[in-house]
Amino acid sequence: MASLKTTFAGIECINPFWLASAPPTNCGEQIMRAFDAGWGGAVWKTIGEPITNVSSRYSSVDWAGQRMMGLNNIELISDRPIEVNLAEIAEVKRRYPKHAVIASLMVESRRDVWHEMVKRAEDAGSDGLELNFGCPHGMSERGMGSAVGQVPEYAQMITEWVKEVACTPVLVKLTPNITDIRVVARAAKLGGADALSAINTINSITGIDLDTFTPRPNVDGKSSHGGYCGPAVKPIALNMVQSVMADPASALPMSAIGGIGTWRDAAEFLLVGAGTVQVCTAVMHYGYRIVEDMIDGLSQWMDEKGFATLDDFRGLSLPRVTEWKHLNLNYKIVAQIDESLCIGCDLCHIACWDGAHQCIHTDRVTGPVDGHVEVHRKPMEAVHATMNSIAVTRIPKMDPPAVSPGLYKAPLARIPRVDETECVGCNLCSLVCPVEDCITMKEVPAGLAPETWEERTAKLGIVEQC
Amino acid sequence: MVEANRCLNCFDAPCTAACPTHIDVPRFIKKIASGNVAGSARSILEANVLAGSCARVCPVEVLCEGSCVMHHRAEKPIMIGRLQRYAMDNFYERGLQIPVRQRPELPLRVACIGGGPASLACAAELRQAGVQVTVFDKRDLAGGLNTYGVAEYKLRVSESLREVEAIQATGVEILQREVGCEDLAAFEREFDAIFLGVGLGEMHRLRIPGGETGVMDALDLIAGYKTGEILSVGRTVAVIGCGNTAIDAAVASKRLGADEVHIVYRRGPEEMSAFGFEYEHALQEGVKFLWWRQPIALEAGTLICAATSINEAGDLVVGDMRTELAAEVVVPAIGQSPLAEWLSSVKGIQFAKGRVVVDRATGATSHAKYFAGGDCVNGGREVVDAVADGKRAARGITAALGVMEVAHG
Repeated sequence: MASLKTTFAGIECINPFWLASAPPTNCGEQIMRAFDAGWGGAVWKTIGEPITNVSSRYSSVDWAGQRMMGLNNIELISDRPIEVNLAEIAEVKRRYPKHAVIASLMVESRRDVWHEMVKRAEDAGSDGLELNFGCPHGMSERGMGSAVGQVPEYAQMITEWVKEVACTPVLVKLTPNITDIRVVARAAKLGGADALSAINTINSITGIDLDTFTPRPNVDGKSSHGGYCGPAVKPIALNMVQSVMADPASALPMSAIGGIGTWRDAAEFLLVGAGTVQVCTAVMHYGYRIVEDMIDGLSQWMDEKGFATLDDFRGLSLPRVTEWKHLNLNYKIVAQIDESLCIGCDLCHIACWDGAHQCIHTDRVTGPVDGHVEVHRKPMEAVHATMNSIAVTRIPKMDPPAVSPGLYKAPLARIPRVDETECVGCNLCSLVCPVEDCITMKEVPAGLAPETWEERTAKLGIVEQC
Repeated sequence: MVEANRCLNCFDAPCTAACPTHIDVPRFIKKIASGNVAGSARSILEANVLAGSCARVCPVEVLCEGSCVMHHRAEKPIMIGRLQRYAMDNFYERGLQIPVRQRPELPLRVACIGGGPASLACAAELRQAGVQVTVFDKRDLAGGLNTYGVAEYKLRVSESLREVEAIQATGVEILQREVGCEDLAAFEREFDAIFLGVGLGEMHRLRIPGGETGVMDALDLIAGYKTGEILSVGRTVAVIGCGNTAIDAAVASKRLGADEVHIVYRRGPEEMSAFGFEYEHALQEGVKFLWWRQPIALEAGTLICAATSINEAGDLVVGDMRTELAAEVVVPAIGQSPLAEWLSSVKGIQFAKGRVVVDRATGATSHAKYFAGGDCVNGGREVVDAVADGKRAARGITAALGVMEVAHG
């Protein structure tokens, strides 16, 4: 059985699954229940001078019947007194000495205030400190959170203040609300940070009520931009984590955050170099219990792949992300439709015609009219033919079957055909196909040696001008 | 909403192709999903002006839902009928009107004879093209079999009548007036075209000794039950025949309080013309089936049946074995006879097997002034088939009268 134990910037972890600093880590009682469920660590809900929150605080984006594809919040840091949070940290650490407890901190941007806060958090027994330079709403208006994280000089300065007194590892939490996340990552590294966590939430307005014209969440007829998270942000987070980890001036042990809800998501972030992962939205949706399959699924996958420890695969995908100019222009794939799986929805046909390269046709019965000049029936001609056809309700006793059973599940006329000579290998049809493995992309030998854009332009003596 | 999201939104969808009126199913379902329920209903009405009825009475299992691609991936088909019903009920409950297309008023007059689905659909479509239309209906209430002939539990009278009213609101004139053979000459002079949507005539009589009393025709029974004119039907009922009307009559009898309701059929279950789900429904209602029996006499509340079988030549033969069945009321549901006599008064119209012969695409009869559709043409099919016939005939009529095609919308 694979081991999920890991050491993150010096912090011993029983597994890489941490709860992110957020409502699920609001108090000690919650965190202890989370540890009982299997979580390896928790980043405490950000501690600082207590604030007053508004109601309501959350809003979400549903998609095609799925709830909470993305979640948005305008909640601030902890609304509980600092001493209460610290007393509970001590209690949690006393009862769960093997679990990682990280204190997330945010205070006024003054050296003495930071020094004081750091000392108190460490005295309480936290295993590490996470500097919240990312919160994009509310706190930023008071010169904290992302107001710090968006200015590299401030981020570096405060990191230096903290490092002056900190004895435990210091994580700097990065905001994605910046043009290039690496700029602040580099500043944090220069400031002496031991590790990074990314990404914090993304500035968002999830939607507007079309009856009241008020954006959500509604606070007495008004709203404010919030922080977006959940499954919708995972691709953005994955890119940002990758870009930091691929940059030597930025790279530090990374606790990855952003839309992680399953072991698969976790494995992907580990593959781009993350040391631990932090989860919030998925727990807010389903509760702490989700960690069971995150642990089980990741171990199972590691066993299947022959990885004994997380270090065996950490960062394996980093070299596989490259600049576009290094991609092989002579690699060619084409779409293949498995007729026996096709259900005849023709979504690939219309997607290819309207959204791609017009090379998937519904002409298996009529035959292709591929000649010197290609002639194909356009999609709307098929629709018009349908609308003008005569259909009757078949009465079994009186009428013959409408379609004689063919070779495949779907009628042949509805199983599209790929014109492989025209297919550009864009993947779109395989993405829209609702049947697993029905459309696959097959490599076709181009008969040419691999060649990148950079190599081609170099050969031609073209100098890129921007 | 969950169901509307489940629809894959197929392109050139098989459900749309299977619908005789070609309702654009994915289009209306995705409008429900987007929260545009009124727009959904309007898009349905564009294709089928009696969509509210159809959502209730259509045998969706053999139409739209039967062709859903979900079957090919071993999943339940999208509940298209239920979604359509949701959209149409919402439309009528909100008191919305059928949108009238922008078009010039035309100096053309068409008479639609019959007040059923074919005629109403034809009239509504013609009106949308700017034609002046009058529907002539011989009964007290318009709607034809939707109002009188479809089982009450599927379609209430009020649900049929609200559609009639919506069609009237688009400017179709409906007169509750019987058209006699003698009126036709005047009609031919007065109107530019005449649509025949007269349906079928009386139900076939049960020609057996004693069959003069204690017999009630299935359509009269259903109509009486629906309109509340019949409140009880006796304790024992025997329905003769095993089509969908027989099922409706048998279920109506059960619901009118009969203890024992038998469906007597001279062939076996595999030969019945009722849809499988109708048969299942009757079983659930407690209707019993007596296969391979043919009524030969009715004697004081007892129906005497002879056993039947198929001989080597494949013909149905009546055997010697007799079965007696208690039946205070016998309900023949063995098909309707064509309105042959009435129709034959229209000179120059060709018939075959008691049906008006038409060009399927245009509804044109062999007489240039007459078009036809619905049961009198197809011998008795579903409401949706009648609507499709009426719609095609309307386009046939406008084309014959030289009306330019008006774009939808």
